[in-house]
Amino acid sequence: MTSSARKATLVALVLALLAGTAGCGVTRGGDDPNNRRLRMMIPNSPGGGYDLTGRAAVKAMEDDDITGRFEITNVIGASGTVAMQRLMNERGSDDVMLTMGLGVVGAVYTNKSKATVDKATPIAGVVAEAEGILVPADSPYKELSDLVDAWKKDPKGVTIGGGSSPGGPDHLFPMQLAQEIGISPRDVNYISYDGGGPLTTALLGSKIDAGMSGLGEFQGQIDNGSLRVLAVSGAERLENVDAPTLMEAGVDMEFLNWRGILAPPGITEEEKAALVEIVTEMHGTKEWKAALKRNGWIDNFSVGQDFEDFLEEQNDRVASTLKELGLA
Amino acid sequence: MDLLLEGFATALTPENLMYAVIGVLLGTAVGVLPGIGPAMTVALLLPVTFSVPPTSGLILFAGIYYGGMYGGSTTSILLNTPGESSSVVTALEGNKMAKSGRAAQALATAAVGSFVAGTIGTLLIVLLAPNIADVVVKLGAPSYFAIMALALFTVTAVLGSSKIRGFIALFIGLAIGLVGTTTGQQRMTFGSPQLADGIDVVVVAVAVFAIGEALWVAAHLRSKPLDVIPVGQPWMSRDDWGRSWKPWLRGTAFGFPFGALPAGGAEVPTFLSYITERRLTKHPEEFGKGAIEGVAGPEAANNASAAGTLVPLLAIGLPTTATAAVILVAMQNYGLQPGPQFMDAQPKLVWGLLASLFIANTLLLVLNLPLAPVWAKLLQIRRPYLYAGILFFASLGAYSVNFQAFDLALLLGIGMLGLAMRRFAIPVLPLIVGVILGPRLEEQLTQALSISQGDVSTLWSEPVAVVVYIVMAILLVGSVVMSRRTTPPAPTRTEDASMDVNA
Repeated sequence: MTSSARKATLVALVLALLAGTAGCGVTRGGDDPNNRRLRMMIPNSPGGGYDLTGRAAVKAMEDDDITGRFEITNVIGASGTVAMQRLMNERGSDDVMLTMGLGVVGAVYTNKSKATVDKATPIAGVVAEAEGILVPADSPYKELSDLVDAWKKDPKGVTIGGGSSPGGPDHLFPMQLAQEIGISPRDVNYISYDGGGPLTTALLGSKIDAGMSGLGEFQGQIDNGSLRVLAVSGAERLENVDAPTLMEAGVDMEFLNWRGILAPPGITEEEKAALVEIVTEMHGTKEWKAALKRNGWIDNFSVGQDFEDFLEEQNDRVASTLKELGLA
Repeated sequence: MDLLLEGFATALTPENLMYAVIGVLLGTAVGVLPGIGPAMTVALLLPVTFSVPPTSGLILFAGIYYGGMYGGSTTSILLNTPGESSSVVTALEGNKMAKSGRAAQALATAAVGSFVAGTIGTLLIVLLAPNIADVVVKLGAPSYFAIMALALFTVTAVLGSSKIRGFIALFIGLAIGLVGTTTGQQRMTFGSPQLADGIDVVVVAVAVFAIGEALWVAAHLRSKPLDVIPVGQPWMSRDDWGRSWKPWLRGTAFGFPFGALPAGGAEVPTFLSYITERRLTKHPEEFGKGAIEGVAGPEAANNASAAGTLVPLLAIGLPTTATAAVILVAMQNYGLQPGPQFMDAQPKLVWGLLASLFIANTLLLVLNLPLAPVWAKLLQIRRPYLYAGILFFASLGAYSVNFQAFDLALLLGIGMLGLAMRRFAIPVLPLIVGVILGPRLEEQLTQALSISQGDVSTLWSEPVAVVVYIVMAILLVGSVVMSRRTTPPAPTRTEDASMDVNA
């Protein structure tokens, strides 16, 4: 019966796959604090930035026996709004966390959701990535000041592309940059592309004047000179990109696309402290250090009051930018 | 050529061969299941890049990609449940063939067509990758808008005998395509974040095809005896081969360039291939009832498009599909950066990968061709059980697109629409085309116009766009002349509509 054998193989493969993605059996926290089963929600699809961050964190925690096995769920939809809502619905659950970041903060506003990040329980900020300002090799803009001058002269005439939808990091960065140099965000001609691939295409074909995005996906084009980086948005230069920071290039601002971890609202201080503790322990592991290096992430770890203040400041800043644009 | 032979030496080591086998098996499995696609599978397997050497890892992923394109057709043909958006068109004729006892032939022509297209496509990668990649980035939104408009224009050919029913279907499809927040504004989302990303075309296709049909059959079970599916020949006849080989080649010709284009994708060429075969066939009466050309062409097109995708990926590090994007992440995990120097700097890896694509293709053929008659026997299962199975797989597929119970409600809702469309003899293809093309057409239009700041003349500012508009004009004039000469065929599908379903 080769047919049934083959079918059985198929079914087994598929089931293995499903178990990996969806995960079914949820065993709620056991008594042993070192061997609890926890759940990690990821607000976008496998392979995305939140997914890589969340899974790297989970792997470090599992490999170092900081806690028991994790169940990872990708809660996909509306750039993280669906996942935030799911987190709100988990009110009081002490065994679930959500990997999120700047894009989710913006998405809940653009989607007019009530599940804003200030309602969740902040656990920790973990990583950050600098944005870069990219132009094609044959662009007339050699330095950031060239772009800034041209942009100020004719704000609507300079097309800015980004790999995220309105409310995402690649959209917030040019808006805040515009505000900083005295251009109204409403005048920014922002073209939204579906991720790094299409944005690369548009830049290589000189369809837009400048692109703003995290630089990981562009390393090949930067190295071979087909794209030029005018500036990076962090406080420090990047190791593998020969470009000044915004500060060095004469614009007094800093912008980071950060990611962090939240827990549901309504958990006790002890429950929160337990989650903060395992994430803090995770931050000290060798696996985590290796993941930071491999992905080119900036170590942006903060917990407690520091992270709460940071989250509040980011939430206000994003809300004010999007309100000015009429998107929130 | 030496490089390619060396590549085969790399790919044929027992270890790499094993990864290729695992890849194609896994790919076929995820292709068969609606909702779970190769992109998600590769993404979930990304952690293997930590423990497996680069060449083997990439061979595994490429196998999954090709396998997914093969597997998608199986459920399309047998169960009228497309596994991937690129095999939606296959269901149109494929499932009709299956119902008339020609499932084995449909599966075989799909398998051989995929093999032919994959092999030619891989050959074209070898020849073209270094040269054409720079050209593809020159195409901008205006050109894509023109291409999408052309595709939408050709839909008039499949509106069916009743133009008004065809347009109803098309506009329902376009309306479903409007749902979401792609323009930054909420459109028909009813404030629900679950609808913010739009309605997935797999959910729509599975609902209209599989759920609609299951409900239709259920509605008729008591009033009408079931048609027994005849047991057909297990293999393709000489006539089948004769009718298949040209569509295979034409499908390849459609699929490869679309795969290589950054905004091309695999759906549009399958659809164009179907239309072309329908126009060119010597058996027009069979279309809509199970014409083998309508399976052969689209299946070749989707595999050729998968091969085409690798051209910009390898040559300039540009991913054009979700799967290619995840494969790129895998390469970066290895510290590899595809780009102009990649093929020179990593010859062993690149040629090993290309050779393994040939091997994966052959494996898939060896695996799928003997399986075709076996799969076909599935249709001998008693109808109530079979449809229970179809409903199960359809629900599983819809659920696994986003892992949301909400999509199941959507599936049932659109399934009811599918039932209504059958009841009133409204063709489904224009609806699917509307769902696929509407959002893309709009995206390219908004992009073109926002770059030009609202200047409409940008739409004909690129040479490719101009050429496409000229082709459209010729087709338009041609079809007007043709329709003057021939009288339209008498409507044939009205019997269905007059049937009473309230039994």
